[in-house]
Amino acid sequence: MRQVNAKLIEDAVAALVVEANIVLRKDVLAKLSIAYKKERNRMAKKVLGILLENAKIAKNDKIPICQDTGFPVVFVELGQDVHIKGAELNVAINRGVLIGYKNGFLRKSIVSDPINRKALKYTPAIIHTELVRGRKVKVSVLPKGFGCENKAKIAMFNPTAKLSEIKDFIVDVVRGAGSDACPPYIVGVGIGGTQDYAALLAKKALLCPISRRAMVWQPIAKAIAKQSKLEADLLNRINKLNIGPMGLGGKNTCLAVNIQSYPTHIAGLPVAVNISCHALRSATKII
Amino acid sequence: MKKIKLPLDKGRIKNLKAGEELLLSGLIYTARDQAHKKLVEAIKKGRKLPFALKNAIIYYCGPTPARKGRVIGSCGPTTSSRMDDFTPALLRCGLSAMIGKGSRDESVVGAIKKYKAVYFIAFSGCGAFASRFVKKRKLVAYPELGTEAIQALEVRDFPVIVGIDCYGRNILERKK
Repeated sequence: MRQVNAKLIEDAVAALVVEANIVLRKDVLAKLSIAYKKERNRMAKKVLGILLENAKIAKNDKIPICQDTGFPVVFVELGQDVHIKGAELNVAINRGVLIGYKNGFLRKSIVSDPINRKALKYTPAIIHTELVRGRKVKVSVLPKGFGCENKAKIAMFNPTAKLSEIKDFIVDVVRGAGSDACPPYIVGVGIGGTQDYAALLAKKALLCPISRRAMVWQPIAKAIAKQSKLEADLLNRINKLNIGPMGLGGKNTCLAVNIQSYPTHIAGLPVAVNISCHALRSATKII
Repeated sequence: MKKIKLPLDKGRIKNLKAGEELLLSGLIYTARDQAHKKLVEAIKKGRKLPFALKNAIIYYCGPTPARKGRVIGSCGPTTSSRMDDFTPALLRCGLSAMIGKGSRDESVVGAIKKYKAVYFIAFSGCGAFASRFVKKRKLVAYPELGTEAIQALEVRDFPVIVGIDCYGRNILERKK
């Protein structure tokens, strides 16, 4: 059993929340640069140029990419040969979030009471912990802005639904987001599982790099190829919506579609869509 | 790009066209969800408002805290449509413009036409970029709301695009 001090996790989370909010992900930056080079629409190109400039200013001045420093969503892959000592895992994570947000001049965006909207705080984070093999702890932080989170949708399809119906639903969710949620978007899709699990998969899909295949670890080559094609088809259709950067038109409505899937029940077919704004932020550390 | 000195009176709003890029200089007020709720409640109850709405501009923004030596943190626009239910009441009281991101509903477009107002869109998701144009800021009301408090921002050459002009022309409409 490897002993890991909870303080290590707390410190890692504190650093990750700041890094994620200030340094735009390399894969997102790369996609934005390509989009900028390829865009012909004058206004769209100008907007993409400002997005790149914004990322540079954020990094240089240590100021958040976006004022919505998000709801901190934390994914932990905990090796089952690890024993965490000193504090509970969730306590350590929330302490890390609090310290990181405070010291990093990030925004308090959480209300403790969702109905009465009282008590503005930095925490609690949303924490998803998964036990995995090994002696390591992998911590990923995804601060999720709510302009785009508000556009998320889930549908429980019939098991006999056609693939075209599923595709239409996903494209419609993006159409519904329109110019509101800071396009160009990154679209996370969860297919299968239960209602809650599909939603989690859609969120997890946003953690995957957008510069290469999302599900490279899936052992079945045929399934990968099929999913790749589905992602490419959806990206293509979404980019024909002519929403464009900032909603001013152009062919860059979406930078990437990432799909994660899971087996489901004979009676159903859950499909969840979680949209991210162009400022898709996350950071990971392995302890 | 046209430079505009604030405040913006109704006479000058008539010359602004949807799609036009502008640089705003002067005073704007931050207000988002909870501040809107409070403002409209105050109007309904006939209470005094924390700032004069006549010819004022509201910016839908909840900034991050400022680092030492800086005026403000990241301060881009938040989604405007969440303010749609409150906006017509504010326009009726003389508000001349709103700055935000994304589309507005029919009631807002109608009120913009009726009261000869204008809706600007700011570069969305670019809070670090936006911070460069804010020169001063002052708390105006509702400090208990934290980032949602109303603050007066003095901006210089703050870049916006006319999203909906006073004739109801809407550059975002066809995209929806």
